[in-house]
Amino acid sequence: MLRVAMMYVSTRAVAEEVVQEAWLGVFAGLDRFEGRSSLKTWVFRILTNTAKTRGEREGRSVPFSSLTGDDQEDEGAVDADRFLGPDHRWAGHWASSPRNPRDVPEERLLAGEARERIAAAVEALPDNQRAVITLRDIDGFDAEDACEILGISEGNQRVLLHRARAKVRATLEGYLDAEATA
Amino acid sequence: MRWPWTRRRRGPGQPEDITCREIVEIVNDYVEGALSPDEREAVELHLNLCDGCTDYLEQLRLSIALTGELPADALSPALEEELCIAFRSFNRP
Repeated sequence: MLRVAMMYVSTRAVAEEVVQEAWLGVFAGLDRFEGRSSLKTWVFRILTNTAKTRGEREGRSVPFSSLTGDDQEDEGAVDADRFLGPDHRWAGHWASSPRNPRDVPEERLLAGEARERIAAAVEALPDNQRAVITLRDIDGFDAEDACEILGISEGNQRVLLHRARAKVRATLEGYLDAEATA
Repeated sequence: MRWPWTRRRRGPGQPEDITCREIVEIVNDYVEGALSPDEREAVELHLNLCDGCTDYLEQLRLSIALTGELPADALSPALEEELCIAFRSFNRP
């Protein structure tokens, strides 16, 4: 919840206050919960509403106010130089293929370093991408719930998730390559 | 949404119509089950013939699984305690 709140407000301390305020809102409003969404989704929806209000009071711009928030980002999921150039007969196909992840033993993947790298990659994402990947892949919400919680469209959710997962995968690939050749 | 390569398709068995560079931009939609049946079929045809993209997909799936192993964020003990007190006061009959 803190990660999601952090998207709308400036500091961790304010985010903690937002989480607290949201929970108080949940307790006070439980009688009005109609069961149209899951309780968990309803709680997160109250959280984002609370955080948005607080962020606006702080004069912070709301990250989902524009369609995708980071439309300017036009780099691909994978660096262009990984693919064969336009003059090649197989233009657009892999010049340097990804490694099969089974090259690295599973116990190494589950060890601390891989986890730390992945955590750092998630932390380094833009706010809106981090919010989507957190809700989907860490908190386990489905696409529909994530859209409802963040108040974004299905298409927007998909673009943000694609970009977020592509960056985390790239980090994992760097780790796999280093481990396999170590 | 229609992807440019589905218009270029001339029939089944021509995965060269989609490049690997295009695959990496839509393979997450494939994982999400968000492609049309035609698009899905085209991606699967490509994957059947392309080890590079198959390994990319494996990396993506592994990455999603490892992200899922990260701990959900925890509240500070002080805040948790305060919330427990608040919860009990709301539930008093």
